[in-house]
Amino acid sequence: MSIRERLSGNEAAAIAMKQINPDVVAAFPITPSTEIPQYFSTFVSNGQVDTEFVAVESEHSAMSACIGAQSAGARAMTATSANGLSLMWEMVYIASSLRLPIVMSLVNRAVSGPLNIHNDHSDAMGVRDAGWIMLFSENNQEAYDNLLMAHRIAEHKDVLLPLMVCQDGFITSHSIENVELLEDDKAKKFVGTYNPDHYLLNNKEPMAVGPLDLQAFLFEHKYQQAEAMRNAKKVILDVSNEFEKLTGRKYSFFEEYKMQDAELVVVCMNSTAGTTKAVVDDLRTRGIKAGLLKIRVFRPFPAEEIANSLCHAKAIAVLDKADSLNGAGGALFEDVVSGMYVNNKYVPTVNYVYGIGGRDTTTKDIEGVYFDLQKIIDNGDIGNPYRYFGLKR
Amino acid sequence: MIDKNTPVDGLTIGGNIYEAGNSVKFKTGDWRSVAPKYIPENCKQCGLCFPVCPDDAIPVGKDQKRGDFNYDYCKGCGVCAKVCPFKAIIME
Repeated sequence: MSIRERLSGNEAAAIAMKQINPDVVAAFPITPSTEIPQYFSTFVSNGQVDTEFVAVESEHSAMSACIGAQSAGARAMTATSANGLSLMWEMVYIASSLRLPIVMSLVNRAVSGPLNIHNDHSDAMGVRDAGWIMLFSENNQEAYDNLLMAHRIAEHKDVLLPLMVCQDGFITSHSIENVELLEDDKAKKFVGTYNPDHYLLNNKEPMAVGPLDLQAFLFEHKYQQAEAMRNAKKVILDVSNEFEKLTGRKYSFFEEYKMQDAELVVVCMNSTAGTTKAVVDDLRTRGIKAGLLKIRVFRPFPAEEIANSLCHAKAIAVLDKADSLNGAGGALFEDVVSGMYVNNKYVPTVNYVYGIGGRDTTTKDIEGVYFDLQKIIDNGDIGNPYRYFGLKR
Repeated sequence: MIDKNTPVDGLTIGGNIYEAGNSVKFKTGDWRSVAPKYIPENCKQCGLCFPVCPDDAIPVGKDQKRGDFNYDYCKGCGVCAKVCPFKAIIME
C-alpha cells in the first residue's frame, strides 16, 4: 500500500530525494527552492540518509560540486531557482557536455530583474538549449513522481544526460496537497543503484574528464549529446511505463486532457494545466469542445508526437510563462509551431505570454483564451499571434 | 588512439580519456615559432635549465647530464635560454 501524505511541493521533492538517498547533495538556498535542501539537510542530520551534504558558498559551486561528485562515480543532486540557476549557468552546460546524469529540482521563479521572487518560467527557458532533459510537473504528486523517474532516465546507458524536474515556485512548491508516496523499499528498488562504466575513483582505470576539445572533436561531441537527447525519448517512455505498472499513475511526453474530439486546444506546462483542466471541464458542460495538451517532457521536445496530437484541433493557443523578448513569440510557442510545420500539420495557432513574475492566472483568464480561439475559428482570421493575458494595459 | 579524422562513433563521450599517462602522445612542438639551440661547448651542466622547462623538451640522462633538445615537446617558450647563465642556449 502506498502512503497518503499531505505535503508541499518542496517537501514532496525532498522526500523523493530521501528515498533516492543520493551519495552527494550540494546546494545553496534560494527562494522558492530553499526548503528542498533545508528539509534534506534535516534528513542528513537525523541519519535518515547517508548522503554527503555539501553546504556550498554559491550555486556555481553547487553545480561544480555535483559535477566533481558525479565524475568521481557518485550520484549527485541539487535544487535551485531563478538567479541561482543563472549563477550556475557555466557549469550547467559543463554537466551535460561531460555527460553526467546529475538530477536537479528546479523550482521555477522569475529571473531578475527587476527583482522578483515569484513564479514564471524564465529560469527554465534560459537553459532550454543547455542539453539537460527537462520534465515539468503540474502538481506536487508529479514533482515527486518525476524525481523518482529522473535517475532511471538520466543514467540510462543510451542517455547519460543531466535532468531537471521543474515545478512552479510557490504555486506548487509551497502549497500543500495530498500526495501518494511509494514505500521506501519500493521507491529504492525502482530507482536502483548507480553503476557507471567509467568514473574517476576507479583505480583500475585512471581517466581524464573534460580535456581540451578543439575544432577536430567538439562538433562530434555535441552530435553525441544531440543523439543522447534523441535516445532519451524511448527511455522516458519505457521508464514511465514501468512507473505506471508500479503506481498506476500514467506518464508520457505529455498529457492529453479531453483531446479526443477537442476543437479548441490550449498547450501549457506546470501548474497552469490544473487551472486549464477546471476550465475545460466547465466549457465541456456548456457543449464547447475544449481540450488541453499539457507538456511534461520539454527537452527532448517531442515535436512529431505533439504535431500528431494537435493536428485535429481547429485552433490552438500556446501559453508561455516566460517572454522570450524576441518580438516573435515565446519558446514553447516556437517549438510547437515549428513541430507542426515540419510535420506538415497546419492549425491556426496563437501565443499568449502570461503569468510573468507571479501574476495570478485565473480560470477567467484561461476561459478568455478559449473564447478567443472560438473567435479565430468564427472569423477565419488569426490577427496578432503574439498576445498577452493578465497584462494591465 | 584518435586523430582529427576519427568519426563520431569512434570518440568517447565528453572527450573522456580512459588511459592515464598519455601526455607523451601529445606533441606540442608544432606550437613553436622560435627554437632554442643547445651549444654544448658553453654548457657547464649546472642543471638550471631542465627544471624550468614546462614540458619535456630537455632530456636528462642517468648521469644527471642534459642532452640536446627533444623538439617534439619544445613550444619555444625561451624560459631555458633566459635562465642559462653561460649562453649555452640561444633562441633562433
